[in-house]
Amino acid sequence: MQLVIGGISIGCIYALVALGFVLIYKATEVVNFAQGELMMLGAFLAYTFISILGWNYWVGAAAAIVCMFFAGNMVDRVFLRPVLGQPQFSIVMVTIGFGYMARSAAGMMPGWGTETYAISTPFSSEGMQLVPESMGSLVISQTDISVIVATIILCAVLYTFFTHTRLGIAMQASSQNQLAAYYMGIPVKAVFSMIWGISAAVAAAAGILLAPTTLIDTSMGFIGLKAFPAAVLGGFGSIPGAVVGGLIIGIIETLAGFYLPPGFKNVAAYVVLLIVLVVRPQGLFGQKTGKRV
Amino acid sequence: MRFLFKTDYNQDIRIAKHSGYYWSYGLLLLVVLVAPFFLEGYYIGQMTQLYIIAIAGVGLMLLAGYTGLVSLGHAAFFGIGAYTEAVLTGNGVPLPFVEEPVVFSFIVSMPVAAIFAALAGVAIGIPVLRLTGIYLAIATFAFALVIEEILSRWESVTNGYSGLLVESLYIGDMELTDGPPFYFLCLGMLLLVLLISINLLRSPTGRAMMAIRDSEISAQSMGVNLAQIKTKAFALSAGITGLAGALFAHKLGFLSPESFTIFQSLELLVLVVVGGIGSLHGAIFGAIFVLALPQGLAILKDYLPVAIAETPGIEPFIFGLILVLVIIFEPYGIYGRWLKIKLYFQMFPVYKKATFKRQKAYMKSERLK
Repeated sequence: MQLVIGGISIGCIYALVALGFVLIYKATEVVNFAQGELMMLGAFLAYTFISILGWNYWVGAAAAIVCMFFAGNMVDRVFLRPVLGQPQFSIVMVTIGFGYMARSAAGMMPGWGTETYAISTPFSSEGMQLVPESMGSLVISQTDISVIVATIILCAVLYTFFTHTRLGIAMQASSQNQLAAYYMGIPVKAVFSMIWGISAAVAAAAGILLAPTTLIDTSMGFIGLKAFPAAVLGGFGSIPGAVVGGLIIGIIETLAGFYLPPGFKNVAAYVVLLIVLVVRPQGLFGQKTGKRV
Repeated sequence: MRFLFKTDYNQDIRIAKHSGYYWSYGLLLLVVLVAPFFLEGYYIGQMTQLYIIAIAGVGLMLLAGYTGLVSLGHAAFFGIGAYTEAVLTGNGVPLPFVEEPVVFSFIVSMPVAAIFAALAGVAIGIPVLRLTGIYLAIATFAFALVIEEILSRWESVTNGYSGLLVESLYIGDMELTDGPPFYFLCLGMLLLVLLISINLLRSPTGRAMMAIRDSEISAQSMGVNLAQIKTKAFALSAGITGLAGALFAHKLGFLSPESFTIFQSLELLVLVVVGGIGSLHGAIFGAIFVLALPQGLAILKDYLPVAIAETPGIEPFIFGLILVLVIIFEPYGIYGRWLKIKLYFQMFPVYKKATFKRQKAYMKSERLK
């Protein structure tokens, strides 16, 4: 049981990163291979505000999220708008290239560099008892709770946004058929920039929440690679799917690390991914797709 | 502008489009054949490396550039080829029905390495080739990560992170895996692979591959067996990459799983994109780019202001920057630019930019809701 709780808190992080993937995929049909790097940039920004400039934790975190919203917007304007309308593969390669640039830019930035940093948070990492002593020991830390709560809130907000607001529905429309959405008067390009901003903001939130657990360094973006299985497992275009997928991957990974020989922990997520892709490519929550001419 | 008048059906299936090609490519061949007699050892090594990377590039180009299937996991096949070669030519492999462990000669081991990689390609290809686009890329990506972990954990064979020494090859007294002999071996392999690819692309299989790239639905309507052709392309691509891996094993002389990470896969993909997707020339240009970039940067550092030159980690930045710029401004890569320059001079005063304009294809989802 204790393992499952650990798995859930890791899973929530995967879910948050996967949410970023899903948002961009849902609205633009592009898979953003630089999602992990956006998360890294967000965490570094928060580190700058909180630890270097000495702001309050909440103010710093909010500032980082807002900054990343605009950064995401800029990424779309500068890198992705010129390749709009080209094959999906080209766009994916652009995100890979941006990932390279972001990673090494963070390494070159004065004050950031290639070392590892930590942010001081108001959450303690000490454990709290979940159930009475008599029922055994089940501990969860405030850090983990913060991650879980934030995931639930973000997920609910985004889900409502996509299904109930004008902008959210416009985003769904532009994902289904760019040209038709454009004819309907949806400013597709602006919508895309907007979704990149939101996705970057979510990534920044994930980075800030992750900071106490993994510390901040330039290679923390690689956790983005672990979020792929989560996104695929949930069905790539589904917000609840990303969360459920993230949780399942997190739990499986923790259990595999405990019960199976070393080495399986690292690949468990990918083995699950391959199995899912072979057995049920549309994922748990995905819609069946049909081929149309 | 040169106008090609077709007077004979055989013209359509000739290797060279017109006789000028025999002269220009013949000259190039002559240059690379005599090059090792004039170059220093270091440059011979670099050229050898270039040929090896180019072989892997051709392998991926057949898949990504001609069949339209993107693989993010080609380093896995590269690694399988390299390790197979190292094990087969190493201390000997115990086989059933044979008393002593067998050490294979390279004439056997290299094809076997390629076949092993191709088999791995088929093994992963059959289940995942039903997927398209980005899902396929992610599946191959996961496969590569699993293979990477296997390479580092299967210590009885691969020796894990402590690494595996690769034995040198000899013909008589001559060491085959160093200096000019290895140069010629790699050059020969590259030429062989290129010839196979050129011939393949003129054959029904190759044309079917390109049809799949251009439109899966219309290819299927024309009677192309999608699953079969895709699996073939995947196996062939994996096999060629495995062959490159086998050569690479001898080039390195020492294998460790760190040589076959996801970054190698990405580098191969960058090679294909920057070189020029959809052309064999592109694979060669891309190999030159991937190999020359770090060297060029090292030279450039001497001329840059100290503040920039001394910054660590500038190389991946420039790598990423060039990748992004190429995709935005020159989608057909170095080879595309080469074609444009050539056409500019051929049509000199009347060159039109619009000749190469691409039609935009706006994305439509296949998700129903």
